[in-house]
Amino acid sequence: MSEIATESPPTAPESPPSPVRRRGPMWWVRGALWLALLVLLLVLPLYLEAQWLRAGQYMMVGAVGAIGLTLLTGQAGQLSLAHAFFLLAGGTSYTVLSGSTEGGTLVGFGLDPLLSLVGAVVITALLGLAFAPVAGRLRGIYLGVASLALVFLGLYFGQAAETLTGGTSTGRSPTPFSLFGFEFSNEGDLEILNVPFRQAERLWYLFLALTAIAFLLARGAVRSRVGRSWRAVRDNEPAAAVMGVSVPRAKAGAFAVSSAYAGLAGVMTVLWFDILKPDESEFGTYGINVSIAFLAMVIIGGLGSVPGALVGALVVNGLPQVLALYSTDLGWFTGTGEGTFTPVLISSFVYGAAIILVVLFEPGGLAAIGRRIAGRLSFTQRGKE
Amino acid sequence: METFVQLLVNGLGKGAVFALLALGFVVIFKATEVVNFAHGSLVLFGGYLVVVTRETLGWAGAAVVGIVSAGVLALLVERLLLSRSKLADPFSLALLTIGVDVIVTEEIVRRLGVSLPFIGDAWDAQPLQVGGVTMFRTHLVALLVATVLITAFFLAFRYSNWGVAMRAQAENKEAAALVGIRSSRVTSTAWLVAGVLAGVAVLFIATQDFSGAGLSRGTHSIALAAFPAAIIGGLDSTAGAIVGGITVGLVDALSTHYISFAFAKSAVFLVMLVVLVVRPSGLFGTRESIRV
Repeated sequence: MSEIATESPPTAPESPPSPVRRRGPMWWVRGALWLALLVLLLVLPLYLEAQWLRAGQYMMVGAVGAIGLTLLTGQAGQLSLAHAFFLLAGGTSYTVLSGSTEGGTLVGFGLDPLLSLVGAVVITALLGLAFAPVAGRLRGIYLGVASLALVFLGLYFGQAAETLTGGTSTGRSPTPFSLFGFEFSNEGDLEILNVPFRQAERLWYLFLALTAIAFLLARGAVRSRVGRSWRAVRDNEPAAAVMGVSVPRAKAGAFAVSSAYAGLAGVMTVLWFDILKPDESEFGTYGINVSIAFLAMVIIGGLGSVPGALVGALVVNGLPQVLALYSTDLGWFTGTGEGTFTPVLISSFVYGAAIILVVLFEPGGLAAIGRRIAGRLSFTQRGKE
Repeated sequence: METFVQLLVNGLGKGAVFALLALGFVVIFKATEVVNFAHGSLVLFGGYLVVVTRETLGWAGAAVVGIVSAGVLALLVERLLLSRSKLADPFSLALLTIGVDVIVTEEIVRRLGVSLPFIGDAWDAQPLQVGGVTMFRTHLVALLVATVLITAFFLAFRYSNWGVAMRAQAENKEAAALVGIRSSRVTSTAWLVAGVLAGVAVLFIATQDFSGAGLSRGTHSIALAAFPAAIIGGLDSTAGAIVGGITVGLVDALSTHYISFAFAKSAVFLVMLVVLVVRPSGLFGTRESIRV
């Protein structure tokens, strides 16, 4: 059978369509657009100032986390408000693993930063797996509320485990990331095309690479057997079980993968802030507001859509940064004290409203709008041919 | 022993307030199968209206305004947003309430700014001596008020037309509609009731006795403990909401004293996790059965 299959395609045009055969003009257009985007992102550091690069990096942090959440909530149908907890877990793991062994009261293992990054992702994945027995028994909303518990546990852990996190008052500075001796910091002089490459530029490329890997892996998962099993579980658990999908395994897998993504986003968060600082209340860097922000990205982008998660991150994490940068030029948000509008506040309004509008008018989010536009375009093209 | 009695009363008082919040939660869930993530913002809204109108109306008048306006906000959310999207599933609608919650909470926190007003004027910071044990008046009044309100609710739920209609709708929505029950009216009333209960609860939460903090983002976080309360009892069980609320209050009071203040919040959620592992639908919730 397999021999026939390898021989037949050139001679038998009616054989099941292979992926190559389906590549119409739209496939090439889409490919070209992705390539153009990648090139654009690669050359941006040559033109943009450091502060804009930092804004972009923050969007990428959001993108990685949002991709993880869209896999869990959109593909596997499990609501999670625990994303912020896994962010904290990932950030802490990286800081501890890569931390100096002679940090006084602070625990550190002095591992290589790359190894620490991988270790942090593995640890958060295992933590997600540890929560799976709970997650597997609960459905939808129940799980969402149960996962809130992790955020509260994380809050307590951040405050109590001072030897790991550095405590809420001082925090702890992470070891700068380095790859085979090349440090992603301000160390050393590096110039490319007369543009000095300092921390902002170097981190940009690191984050871009991580985001690209995260994106490609997620797309692969969605299109493969794994993704199909997640969607089967999401749509109908008994039906999925009848078709031979192990429901507990699919759910646990989705939770572990999503946590691993959140862990990576946590490492990126720590590198971005250049400090690991646990929160004092539920509202902070790893608080409920962050879990909700990630959920907002995923909803705005369209539940389950990986490119949608990128756009959602662009809106939710990008808006406050961009507003803050513009406002310094334009003189907005100059007021201080009570009742002032801050960029963060405005963005909260925007994404709060966006969630409402998406649920009311376009449950598929921006991804659905994008698909519709793409559908129109390809249709008109076909008409012209 | 005296401290233990004191803790017990504190826990019951706090539990009564959580029970009010959880009851609202459960009522909304029973009527619409929507989990209302905007409950915390209803609490804040009611409290904020008390702060704003207190100067002109006096505390009692302001309290009434606060309670009513929390109810009205809940009603508006249901009428203007949720009832417009009948096709959306409860899951999406729960997400929608998150959007509402973000907007209302952020705006009120902005308006409050750095002022953190206490709003339990009638009972706050006036300790009572009962048989040699010092008690917070807030907790005792909360216990009393909650008992009255919850009794009234259960009587209404059992005997009033709304209660019967509501139970019928929760049992079988199509059949209820067929016998002429107006689904929209039942649903709106459920939201109104939940909002009013939240408006009452905030008068006890934003006090020195209860939280030591005035109306602020922290109030919203405290209101979040209504989630575990409702879940422990079972999201569709009104009696469970009361049990859950009391459990949360007791766990909170006892763990604050015997373990640490920072741990108390996590303790409540840990108890919820344990309950969920043993009984995935809460203590009194109906177990979902799957028909293939």
